[in-house]
Amino acid sequence: MQATLVMFVISLIGFSIQDNLGDPLRELVGQSVSEKEREALRDRMGLNDPFLVQYGRFLSKAVQGDLGDSYFFKKPALEVIAKKFPATLELVIGATLIIIFSSVPLGIYSAINPKSWFTRFILGFSIVGISVPVFLTAIFSIYIFSVELGWMPSFGRGETTNLFGWDSGFFNRDGLAHLVLPSISLASIMMPLFIRLIRSEMMEILQLDYIRFAWAKGLYPKRIWFLHAFKNTLLPVITVGGVQVGTMLAYTILTESVFQWPGMGFLFLEAVNRVDTPLIIAYIIVVGLIFVVTNTVVDLLYTWVNPTVKLVGQKS
Amino acid sequence: MALLEVKDLEVEFPLGRVTLQAIRKVSFSLEKGERLGIVGESGAGKSVAAFSILNLLSRPGRISGGEVLFEGRDISKLDNRQMRSIRGNQISMIFQDPMMTLNPVLTVATQLIECLKAHRKISDKEAWDISISKLKEVMIPSAEERMESYPHELSGGMRQRVVIAMALLTDPEIIIADEPTTALDVTIQAEIMVLMLELCKSNNVGLILITHDLAVVSQVTERILVMYAGRVVEEGRTQEVITNPKHPYTRGLLKALPQENTAGSRLNQIRGSMPSLNALPQGCAFNPRCEYANKECSQLVPKLEGHKGHSAACIHTKEIPPFNSELGKV
Amino acid sequence: MGKPNSEISGAKIMTGIKSFLNSDLVYRFRKDKVAVVSLSIVLILVFSAILAPLISPFDPYDLKSIDIMDSEIPPVWNEGEGDERFLLGTDPQGRDMLSTILYGMRISLTIGFFAVLLQGVLGVTIGLLSGYFGGKIDAFFMRLADIQLSFSTLMVAIIALAIFQAAFGAELYSKLAIFMLVLVIGIAEWPQYARTVRASVLAEKNKEYVDAARVIGMSPKRIMFRHIFPNTLSPILVISTIQVANAIISEAALSFLGLGMPVNQPSLGSLISSGFEYIFSGSWWITVIPSLFLVLLILSINMLGDWLRDALNPKLYKD
Repeated sequence: MQATLVMFVISLIGFSIQDNLGDPLRELVGQSVSEKEREALRDRMGLNDPFLVQYGRFLSKAVQGDLGDSYFFKKPALEVIAKKFPATLELVIGATLIIIFSSVPLGIYSAINPKSWFTRFILGFSIVGISVPVFLTAIFSIYIFSVELGWMPSFGRGETTNLFGWDSGFFNRDGLAHLVLPSISLASIMMPLFIRLIRSEMMEILQLDYIRFAWAKGLYPKRIWFLHAFKNTLLPVITVGGVQVGTMLAYTILTESVFQWPGMGFLFLEAVNRVDTPLIIAYIIVVGLIFVVTNTVVDLLYTWVNPTVKLVGQKS
Repeated sequence: MALLEVKDLEVEFPLGRVTLQAIRKVSFSLEKGERLGIVGESGAGKSVAAFSILNLLSRPGRISGGEVLFEGRDISKLDNRQMRSIRGNQISMIFQDPMMTLNPVLTVATQLIECLKAHRKISDKEAWDISISKLKEVMIPSAEERMESYPHELSGGMRQRVVIAMALLTDPEIIIADEPTTALDVTIQAEIMVLMLELCKSNNVGLILITHDLAVVSQVTERILVMYAGRVVEEGRTQEVITNPKHPYTRGLLKALPQENTAGSRLNQIRGSMPSLNALPQGCAFNPRCEYANKECSQLVPKLEGHKGHSAACIHTKEIPPFNSELGKV
Repeated sequence: MGKPNSEISGAKIMTGIKSFLNSDLVYRFRKDKVAVVSLSIVLILVFSAILAPLISPFDPYDLKSIDIMDSEIPPVWNEGEGDERFLLGTDPQGRDMLSTILYGMRISLTIGFFAVLLQGVLGVTIGLLSGYFGGKIDAFFMRLADIQLSFSTLMVAIIALAIFQAAFGAELYSKLAIFMLVLVIGIAEWPQYARTVRASVLAEKNKEYVDAARVIGMSPKRIMFRHIFPNTLSPILVISTIQVANAIISEAALSFLGLGMPVNQPSLGSLISSGFEYIFSGSWWITVIPSLFLVLLILSINMLGDWLRDALNPKLYKD
């Protein structure tokens, strides 16, 4: 229910922006049309109708998937975005995999061995990671690996293989090579965040009574760390993780712009530069939708892991 | 040779600029099947003593001296790997608050079965069956259904019963119970204590009961240790110590019990309060509050002295008049 | 009869300072070399930025002082092509890198500071109100905070600025840029402060001294500000350092995308952005050196904040 409310608010904002931003007529018709003809055109297009009427029309079209046509591409905005969506999605998947497989083991390790030199190294590395903005990691990695060492390609997506109508970069070497640097750059800010989060949560948990009791029961350390402690660490991590999805999306814009990765974020930037209003609005709405969906998924995930919380309506 | 012997145990907590001595040269022993009570106010060091037996002190605490001999072997020097087979297996513990002791995201079944599987090679099914029978022993109704519950779905009393069941699963030699009923409703406290007493007797399991509740200790234990500011001030057979306390502090504790006081009059409190560990008085730690104290008391720390198993750390024991407590009359 | 007030308060301040200097906090600070180093770096950078007009060798925005013939000179340690006048090289217009970096840092720090001030004032007030009064006010603000947070502040900032830029046009926008940036980053991040303060307030609210104050008849405003607020200072201090670092990063990111400071009044972010393309042609210093300064600044602030957080956290054992 809350989700629909949020979408509603977003669409309202989106629409009012569209209404005030730029003049659609100018784009469509050009300079040489007389004032009277413009007015007539406006009437015909319904642009002089009261706000609510226009908004209603906007909503009904939106629900059917019609968010207007992009000025630049002269195609339905949604279609344009949809075409670029897979690229961004793959980037996000790549980065997420890197984040999970690095931060979980490193986070757990540094919680269990707070004084080892390796932990200090991890922590130092993670402070640096947080302090280097995404676009800088991108730039530096391009500079080092691409310009100086020439190991990795520096822009674009490389070849894609078409799998059931989906152009994927995962399944061929060139595509993968192109994915490496951008994914690492995108992961670079969130990875240290999760390492530190897992570490600090777990360190607090390890001092709790039920962990001490687990030791008193003579359980094997691995079980204590990975089941007793970690399962409890998952809870706040999931919550924070959910919120970070939004940040990740914002960072895709940055990463895509450095690597000229042909995804939604790059598209959005170009749209802003060209004042391609329908595209801008469509992007905002799509992003809003993604947030709402992910938040719901995260909520469900949380209730699944945490037995003390039940969804409204579930039997206890 | 006793089953468990603690000799001159010393525990300290290094905290940055200061180091606190939580336990100073504490000694006691436990025979097989014997029930020992350790009493004292909060902060006296009783819980610390309990945790140090299994070397489970919370950071930064550590054992800085003495020995803990279990079956003749000094277990205070063992590392975690070696301790693992003793903890929860030969010596079990029961903590104070069962809500904090049980892991909230794991079922009762998981937490019971893992006790067994950590120390024996048995199948899941066998472990399940043994767990159910233990749950029945601790009088938990509908044991099969309870297995699938999570800790927050059980009442306080039931949770503690589950914890007791866990402690008994591996047929340990000793159970250390740290204030097992303090966090429970008053109405259930007695039930749980009675249960523990029965189970310890019938399974011939030794019990070290840490508590501040003198009434409980008088019903359950055979011997008793009184602690004050990190030291043992009196020890002996429970009945004797209660009917005839030799240390002014023990006497004060007994006199302060509601049973000893007539209705309507003020409670006989011991004046003052226990000093904090970083500001201990010189000599006998109790001397500022003691009505029998003199100049000597602030010069030396008195040793535990006595006969026939009943000793006290006080140089004025002979001056203390006999005391017939209500508790002693059972 | 008695000492004049000023003397008494003077004495109070002296004892206050003395006890602070002897406190556990300062003791731990002095012991931790990392903290001392980070604080020094931050202070050096901040002071050089404040004094930029006085200490930089050139004024890079004075059109008369730059010469296009000086363009793209590498830093002074590069043999052959380096020029002593330009310690860190020059950019494509012939501006001295050191000067542009100093001025750029000044702008970055200014925006960071004011944005945090704004979000602080906003967030703390909302947090106090929300925590103390509870009920509908609390529910409303926290919902709002949730939504805003899940959109991520960067996203909110990007969208807001994108819209403003499209609406106002590039010209007008670049004149208002500093102001817009402070505003947007300030409004985007208030939830952080609000949440932290609210948590503190909720913890304090249940303590007895609040009940006591209410019984005496103190007004809510007074209770909030004179009693509860001082207890929330410690967490506020901790987040503030992190938020300043975040604000600087956000501003750099936004400028990099072209949504922030314009090229003629660049912050570190815009410097990096305009220098990016030159990486491929070999003039790496135009983008790399401002980047290094940015990283150094943020890193030191973060380290300081980190240390502060660990030192003020009662839950962790410190040994």
